[in-house]
Amino acid sequence: MTAVPLLEITNLTVEFTTRRGIVKAVKQVDISVAKGETVGIVGESGSGKSVTSFAVMRILDRAGRVAEGSISFSGFDLTNAPEFAVRDLRGREMSMIFQNPRAALNPIRKVGRQIEDVLRQHARTGSGDARTRAIEALANVRINRPEDRYDAYPFELSGGMCQRVVIALALACRPELLIADEPTTGLDVTTQKAVMDLIVDLTRERGMSTVLITHDLGLAAAYCDKVVVMEKGEVVETAAARDIFARPSHAYTRKLMRATPRPGIALRDLLPEGAPVAAIKQPAASDAALLSVKGLVKEYPRVHTRSLISRYLRKGNETASAPFRAVDGISFDIRRGESVGLVGESGCGKSTTSMMVMRLLDPTSGSIIFNGQEIGELPARTFAGNSLRSKIQMVFQDPTESLNPRFTAVRAISDPILRLDKPMAADALRARCEDLARVVGLPPDLLDRFPHQLSGGQKARVGIARAIALNPDLVILDEPTAALDVSVQAVVLNLLADLKATLGMSYLFVSHDLHVVGLLCDRVIVMQNGQIVEEGITKQVLEAPTADYTRALISAIPHPPV
Amino acid sequence: MTAAPARTDAAALPTAKRQTALMATLSHARHVIGENPVTGFSFGLLAILLLCALIGPSIVPHDPLSSDTAATLQAPSARHLFGTDQLGRDIFSRVIVATRLDMAIAIFSVTLVFVVGGLSGIAAGFFGGWADRIVGRIGDTIMAFPLFVLAMGIVAALGNTVTNIVIATAIINFPLYARLARTETIIRRDVGYVMAARLTGNSDLRIALTTIMPNILPLMMVQMSLTMGYAILNAAGLSFIGLGVRPPTPEWGIMVAEGAGSIISGEWWIALFPGLALMLAVFCFNLIGDGLRDIVDPQRRT
Repeated sequence: MTAVPLLEITNLTVEFTTRRGIVKAVKQVDISVAKGETVGIVGESGSGKSVTSFAVMRILDRAGRVAEGSISFSGFDLTNAPEFAVRDLRGREMSMIFQNPRAALNPIRKVGRQIEDVLRQHARTGSGDARTRAIEALANVRINRPEDRYDAYPFELSGGMCQRVVIALALACRPELLIADEPTTGLDVTTQKAVMDLIVDLTRERGMSTVLITHDLGLAAAYCDKVVVMEKGEVVETAAARDIFARPSHAYTRKLMRATPRPGIALRDLLPEGAPVAAIKQPAASDAALLSVKGLVKEYPRVHTRSLISRYLRKGNETASAPFRAVDGISFDIRRGESVGLVGESGCGKSTTSMMVMRLLDPTSGSIIFNGQEIGELPARTFAGNSLRSKIQMVFQDPTESLNPRFTAVRAISDPILRLDKPMAADALRARCEDLARVVGLPPDLLDRFPHQLSGGQKARVGIARAIALNPDLVILDEPTAALDVSVQAVVLNLLADLKATLGMSYLFVSHDLHVVGLLCDRVIVMQNGQIVEEGITKQVLEAPTADYTRALISAIPHPPV
Repeated sequence: MTAAPARTDAAALPTAKRQTALMATLSHARHVIGENPVTGFSFGLLAILLLCALIGPSIVPHDPLSSDTAATLQAPSARHLFGTDQLGRDIFSRVIVATRLDMAIAIFSVTLVFVVGGLSGIAAGFFGGWADRIVGRIGDTIMAFPLFVLAMGIVAALGNTVTNIVIATAIINFPLYARLARTETIIRRDVGYVMAARLTGNSDLRIALTTIMPNILPLMMVQMSLTMGYAILNAAGLSFIGLGVRPPTPEWGIMVAEGAGSIISGEWWIALFPGLALMLAVFCFNLIGDGLRDIVDPQRRT
């Protein structure tokens, strides 16, 4: 540690004025970042980690203000500096990478132009060599063919590529400090690894300091020198990254650490120490296949790049381009009482597969046999009226988005009962919803709340209660914990395992995270480009993968230095 | 986990819950109105307008229709607050009594277009295909005309009655509602909660009506209050050029038309006061939109 830190946050308190009075989002926080150091700020949602970084960049929204404490950037007091002085620093001396790269880029401006804008803003270039400098910036973030990419619009690039452009933007003026706010959330694991490696290499190369804000303790520990753990606006622990996994001193850090899925642990190990745990009952999976998918194909017509007129004029010798196969002839079985993981990165066809099994989407060809009955032929549009509808249910990825904002929790849970079950009296319905709420561990007095009045974990429970309301045989879990904090994820995963044991359901668990799948599933299917590349018992696939792709997926998961 | 539930009195529960929900809505409305003085002001203005519309005819000091040849063209005074017109009728009484007719035209036409336009827009957005094409082309056709001229044409063709003014005003506003509802429906058509509703066995029609419609309601409310002002203007405009409401019925538009010629000769009050009433009503509806959205939208109720 050098004597004078580049960024020194002392006793920082940030307040927000709300209808319910003043809320302290950050309380007396001290963080210092030395020159060339990479510091990770780790915490769950609501811990104040993003607010801290916004205070540093002076981009708090109007309701928020720094109530006490100071932030100094290489000796310069940021808290009381006039706005024009801070504006000059932003982008030039310190810059920031946001969570959603696509939202951070102007969608109708070429990416090269956007980099030029930043360079020009800080007078780092004249108009003569702006293009060259921008291409150089693109090349620096290892974008292939930077000359061509200069002219690309953000929508033409993949998520990982967009994030590279955002990094190029942030680093264009060679800042001293880079703040990365969840830079890889929403990216695939292999892309996450590439982006994180890039950030770390670039900052090391240039002697920059980096603040990495993340909810993933494993990621922070793998890439940072120092880790700051925050909880409810306070710093609970600051330690060197290599020590934090070995010797976590604060109870909250231990809880976070335990909740992080990692190889070689069981589902119950995720829960905090001392939690009352009963062993998970293992119902014997019968040999009869509940669901049998054979040669499933989904094709989408390719978007024609040539104009309608030129196609018309050259109609005679047009060769029909082959349609795009999102799902390319896959077959698998799920037995009764079994849980199967479907793993792959975005675009591999796992969601398309689950939508077809769910009967929300019609397959192009192939068969889906559920309980001995062919359901692939039944059109998705009218499946809502089929008696099998109640037997296949789903838990959605984003608990917030999947709940109607105008329905209370009890209305959401009762919806399947009202639509698909026998009519019943209002009292009986209410009682049944309360029972369901108890089963998923949702306090019944929360049932009359609207989704925005519930926490993420509570919303997830409402979604699960809705899915199991009619005792389905097969539940498709579409990344049910991707939008949740790790400690909530731990609880929800355990709940799902318990429910499966008590209710005897089968799960199809769709996810990009092999570790999470490994905890809950008996078997796992790995998909790539619409095809199954590997299938087998979870333990075998995780420990001794045969396909190269599976190996790449496993090795891309950040490994904390243990 | 599945411990025997200690059942509360299930019958008493719903009523109590409903009462607290009502209380919450009211306290939320009070909060929204109190938070923004402009919203408070516009709701106050609305209350006055509604009061005039409801009990106006029974509280006015003079009969709005009786003429008094001895007292024509009198300037505002203590006896005639807003003065009198060419036939000696009391303008104050006429302005107040006219509120009912103008508000009725506005409210009925906006309600009509809200239902018809909103539902067609939802159908167009949700089902796409032919529904979308038909609704879209109807909207385009209406938009192709200068709207006021179209309204004139409709009233002239259908006949000179208040009902036809309501219909004409509704027709010219149709594209605004249909397009807004269509766009908002398309945004929500594939979100998680609509898919979830499909999984729980809801038919398409039910999803459109019970899931999508309530969610686009707050936006439609804003649209309603904006077009309400426009509808009042439109009705007054039609009367001003001699279509729709006929003299001697008190109506703001006709009164402005009647007084327009007298402004040059110095009798400014005949046109000014009905014009002012018209302006305040339009102003009130334009301001009320945001406040209304905040009250209707449960997400603002934190």
